[in-house]
Amino acid sequence: MNRYTVSLFTENFIGILNRVTLIFTRRGVNIDALTASESKEDGVHRITIEVTTTEEQVIQIVKQTEKIIDVIKSFYYKDDEVVYQEIALYKIPISSLDPGLEKVIRQYNARIISAEKEFVVIEMTGHKEDTKALLEILKDFNILEFARSGRVAVAKPMGTIEQYLNN
Amino acid sequence: MKDSRIRGAEIVIKSLVAENSEYIFGYPGGAIMPVYDALYDYADQIKHVLTRHEQGAIHAAQGYARVSGKVGVCMATSGPGATNLITGIADAMIDSTPLVCITGQVASALLGTDAFQETDVVGFSMPGTKWNIQVRRVEDIAPAIAKGFHIARSGRPGPVLIDITKDAQNDLGEFNYVPCLGIRSYRPYPKVKETQVAQAAEVINSAKKPYVLYGQGVVIGKAEEELKAFLDKTGIPAACTLLGSGALSEDHPQYVGKLGMHGNYAPNMLTNQCDVLIAIGMRFDDRVTGDLKRYAKQAKVVHLELDNAEIDKNVKAEVAVLGDCKESLPMLTEKVNQNSHEEWLKEFRTLEEKEKSAVVSLDLLPTKSGLTMGEVIRYINDYKKDDAILVTDVGQHQMIAWRYFKYKTTRTQVTSGGLGTMGFSLPAALGAQLADLNRQVVCVVGDGGIQMTIQELGTIMQTQSPVKVVLLNNNFLGMVRQWQQLFFDKRYSFTELDNPDFIKIAEAYNMKTSKVTEREDLSDSVAEMMIHDGPYFLEVVVEKEDNVFPMIPTGCSVEEVRLS
Repeated sequence: MNRYTVSLFTENFIGILNRVTLIFTRRGVNIDALTASESKEDGVHRITIEVTTTEEQVIQIVKQTEKIIDVIKSFYYKDDEVVYQEIALYKIPISSLDPGLEKVIRQYNARIISAEKEFVVIEMTGHKEDTKALLEILKDFNILEFARSGRVAVAKPMGTIEQYLNN
Repeated sequence: MKDSRIRGAEIVIKSLVAENSEYIFGYPGGAIMPVYDALYDYADQIKHVLTRHEQGAIHAAQGYARVSGKVGVCMATSGPGATNLITGIADAMIDSTPLVCITGQVASALLGTDAFQETDVVGFSMPGTKWNIQVRRVEDIAPAIAKGFHIARSGRPGPVLIDITKDAQNDLGEFNYVPCLGIRSYRPYPKVKETQVAQAAEVINSAKKPYVLYGQGVVIGKAEEELKAFLDKTGIPAACTLLGSGALSEDHPQYVGKLGMHGNYAPNMLTNQCDVLIAIGMRFDDRVTGDLKRYAKQAKVVHLELDNAEIDKNVKAEVAVLGDCKESLPMLTEKVNQNSHEEWLKEFRTLEEKEKSAVVSLDLLPTKSGLTMGEVIRYINDYKKDDAILVTDVGQHQMIAWRYFKYKTTRTQVTSGGLGTMGFSLPAALGAQLADLNRQVVCVVGDGGIQMTIQELGTIMQTQSPVKVVLLNNNFLGMVRQWQQLFFDKRYSFTELDNPDFIKIAEAYNMKTSKVTEREDLSDSVAEMMIHDGPYFLEVVVEKEDNVFPMIPTGCSVEEVRLS
């Protein structure tokens, strides 16, 4: 079992996300995280899915997602073949604000993006391991809430989706 | 100025006419009523067949599609009408049958409110269709149907579902039908790569014991002649899958038989003896391969396949030739050496003799008193024409009929292969017959399966389709009983049936009937049926506890095929 990033380029039609996730569900592969966004091409959507599974499974899944009519192209990558980032938000009670917290924020290159009467929201981008490490520390600061996005990723290989659209 | 706009319902019908659809198999209901109303004025341009259940409608459309090679069209209302199509959709998906299913849907303002007969059929059918869509605006109807037909019939075919809300059917719109020629995210025919063909030819040319397995891809690709040309040049022995039957005449000197759990002895055994395995338009289904860990491990596999997701799915290919075999086979034929494999073919013939004495002769020329399913098929062979179509249900009779029916020409085999849908045959036979009224259609069915869709005798009566129904009655769910006997210590758990008088039922539907219980009457009854001009129902009471052999038990290797 390895961690893989599945990257799909699709038309932006109703139900496309459902169609894609059904392929994973059918093979009993759990989706660890998922993001969907626009791409560089007009009207082309991209879906990035993180899974932990075998390479054999991920190859089959990628091929089967490509059979979906509205999927233009699917790829899969090992962690070292993509540049990826995740964003995490941490809600901390105002009472926990002290020099110790300031030090942690600096140390982790995190930042306060919102200050309300009763709490502040700290943001950090990075890999799961990093944002998780910060979460562990912030537990000592009575963290109220935590949320982390799925990964956004761009591939290291130089091929582009335009090549598939244009040939 | 006259308003040139027409109702969405009429656009549906005009679109189907524009696609040259000959038949709609369907069943009306509330949410599809505007379309049925529009249909009333188009009886001269498109025929509608009213089945007795929506499942009957979709199986009939499947039978029609499989014989004609065209897209089958079926129609149903929302809610239960739509959900009754689901089994047929799954069946068409796994057997690559081109279908366009049109369902009515509640008005768009009611969507999501649990309205009467509302069901999320797009959601239900999403994993089972090649493509589906809900249309909520009149202007989207014709483009959706155009796209649906293109997707259903191109590449690896499959079922498409188009769900149309009632308000879209009632609204007015312009009709301007533009056939769909391409979709940018969908490449149904990948271009065959010369390099892959060259590699395949190299592997085949150096083979000592090459072996061809052909499947339905040859039929779908209309590549029967191309397959024959390849075999004629190379001299390679060839065996077929269940759905590939008919792609090559069984009279061909290199035809060696059928693959899989109840296929022939030699083709299964020798899979593990060949040095190069050439798979053409087939997908290495588990019923063909048995235990994959012990399947053709000694062989280099060459896989000619249109669907990229099938390559390396079950069996790893040494050389994969991606693309339509209609295109790749002639390229390959050009590059391979003229050859013959007489010694290797003899190995097949030797094992074939073994099967003949151990199984075939007992099935076809039985000496015991009870009638066998095999001898019924033997008589059907005696009286059928070369292009007669065999439609079967699922179970023992399906495997026996497949084993013994003489396939001489293409598109003669209609059965539920991948899904194994009991109840498939009766409506499918009706659709097969309507696809070509000049061909004989023989529907071989068991006493279990026929009762799942027996109401379609009504549709056969109403259309007067000259379908020949052959009921092989053993008063058992025979295949399950066989497994219970062999693998569950003869514990016959809920497989014995108290059956109705089938002849009375058939007579109630005005069918000409005959019932055979004695061997001496069989030949005449089959002969009478085959020359009868109209629907015919023949019941043959067969031995209660006969088994189908050869058999590769689940989880066993192809080499472990049992003759008894």
